[in-house]
Amino acid sequence: MTSLMALVVGVLYAAAIYMMLRRSIVKLVIGLVLLSNAANLLIFTAAGLHRDAPPLVPDDAQVPAGLVADPLAQALILTAIVIGFGVLAFAVVLIRRAYEVVEADDMNQMRDTDT
Amino acid sequence: MNLLVILPILIPLAAGALSLLGRHSQRVQGALAVIGGIALVISAVALLLATWEQGHIVSELGSWPAPFGIVLVSDLLAAIMVLLSAVTSAATAFYSLGSISIAHRKAGYFPLMHLLLAGVNGAFLTGDIFNLYVWFEVMLVASFSLLILGGERAQMEGAIKYVTLNLVSSALFLSAVGLLYGLVGTLNMADIAVKLGEVDSGMTTVIAMLFMVAFGIKAAAFPFFFWLPASYHTPQVAVSALFAGLLTKVGVYALFRVFTLIFGMDDPLIHQVLLWGAGLTMVTGVLGAAAQFEFRRILSFHIVSQIGYMMMGLALASVSVLALAGGIFYIIHHIIVKANLFFVSGLVYRLRGSYELKQLGGLYRDKPWLALLFLIPALSLAGMPPLSGFFGKFIVIRGGVEAGAWALVAAALLVGLLTLYSMTKIWAEVFWKAAPENTACAASGSNTLLYATVAGLALITVAIGLGAQPVLVLSQAAAEQLLDPSLYITAVLGEAP
Repeated sequence: MTSLMALVVGVLYAAAIYMMLRRSIVKLVIGLVLLSNAANLLIFTAAGLHRDAPPLVPDDAQVPAGLVADPLAQALILTAIVIGFGVLAFAVVLIRRAYEVVEADDMNQMRDTDT
Repeated sequence: MNLLVILPILIPLAAGALSLLGRHSQRVQGALAVIGGIALVISAVALLLATWEQGHIVSELGSWPAPFGIVLVSDLLAAIMVLLSAVTSAATAFYSLGSISIAHRKAGYFPLMHLLLAGVNGAFLTGDIFNLYVWFEVMLVASFSLLILGGERAQMEGAIKYVTLNLVSSALFLSAVGLLYGLVGTLNMADIAVKLGEVDSGMTTVIAMLFMVAFGIKAAAFPFFFWLPASYHTPQVAVSALFAGLLTKVGVYALFRVFTLIFGMDDPLIHQVLLWGAGLTMVTGVLGAAAQFEFRRILSFHIVSQIGYMMMGLALASVSVLALAGGIFYIIHHIIVKANLFFVSGLVYRLRGSYELKQLGGLYRDKPWLALLFLIPALSLAGMPPLSGFFGKFIVIRGGVEAGAWALVAAALLVGLLTLYSMTKIWAEVFWKAAPENTACAASGSNTLLYATVAGLALITVAIGLGAQPVLVLSQAAAEQLLDPSLYITAVLGEAP
């Protein structure tokens, strides 16, 4: 399972980078979406894929009984998803505004500020 | 819970929230900007004094004990950085009052500025690697919005490059955090440092390099600096100054923190990469600046080249404490000077209506005081004694000589010379040569606040230069703290590792 996930993560990263190297700014944003998902899936895989009980502590105990899954990795991913969502929402609005101003969906038309 | 460590984050957050509530009243927003800036300076000074006395101040948020909860840690480096960000923010607040138009204020300039500072200070103070990522994002989102405030074409083009590269950097940072968590199972930086020592895996180097690239992009180090000169000259000049002073330095701070605390410099690969990165950053930055003829672009390229000096201090840290102290001194000097130079460029724009060197001129004749106010930070940047930049360069280079890194020392000296060339170019074109025909006349409105801000920062530069000894003692103490990670670990985890 871990090798399969590793493969998926790798393909996602590769696809993200490919999309970001295209000239179209729409594809650029798609690349960013893929990249943030690839990172989330990487955390999920790296933290270990186990079939363990949910990390619930019984009423009369201080620690959960037996082996439990690690909830922290999922908390991290959840935080990263929320942040990623907000930032991508900004990026989508940005390319829309950029498209309105530049009137082209092409990075090659956006070289005014380059040196 | 220790209020001193939390205040530098709480003050801008509160000011930002209040500023958002009072967004219909210009007076409320302006007052909040000034009060927030001054309160931040006071709290930062208190934090630095307390840190100087106690060594490390640790605050466990929600009283969850480390390494389970998130901790805020203030050591000398963090406290120095918070003070610098506070000074820059206060200066920017004053400058913004005199320069930001009503339309931009209505678009939410002041709340965003406060939010940006909360992110920056949070990044300086946190002791948790995932929390560092979150603060980076807070800072980034605020900076994205500030960058495009106004919505001109150049801003959009610059913002696309800025946003893309910073998001790539964030994704790499997040990947590195995920892999690190998989390896050691903890996020507390002190705990990571302990546990990583027990792991012997090739993965450590991979993670270290991922951090290096992620923070290298944020710090605009070679070869990841292209977003900076493509975007920093596009927003309002107060925004440029704030970014130039603080944002790349957050990347540099993260490099300093991660590569002293978590990854030791004894790994020859890390050492070599940092050495080459430092040298190439310096040289490419300054050569880029030499080819530019736009005021703010020249300054932007100089940010890149100056980052090289700070990285040089870090790269030589394992061989020479003095080099690391020099790097910290350099950050102190650089933040003040660089923000000030951008402020001066804004004043020139208000007087002449252009940033292009060709269309400027004759300002020495019209405004001799402004010329003097430019010369102080410009000569300081180039490293003329007795200004602050001279001591920054001197200490870093002295550390390089101690470490025997002759090639890097030669590069640093050469870059100093080329910096002087760039500053002379601005001086000759903007101030010395005769004004070209049909020069635009001065913009209406009072510039007193702007002059006061520039003069205040210039005074600080002179003060750092004349009183270099106490600043050096402070940087050396900070460097010694950084080079002994066990102090940090004991302070956070509460026992000897």
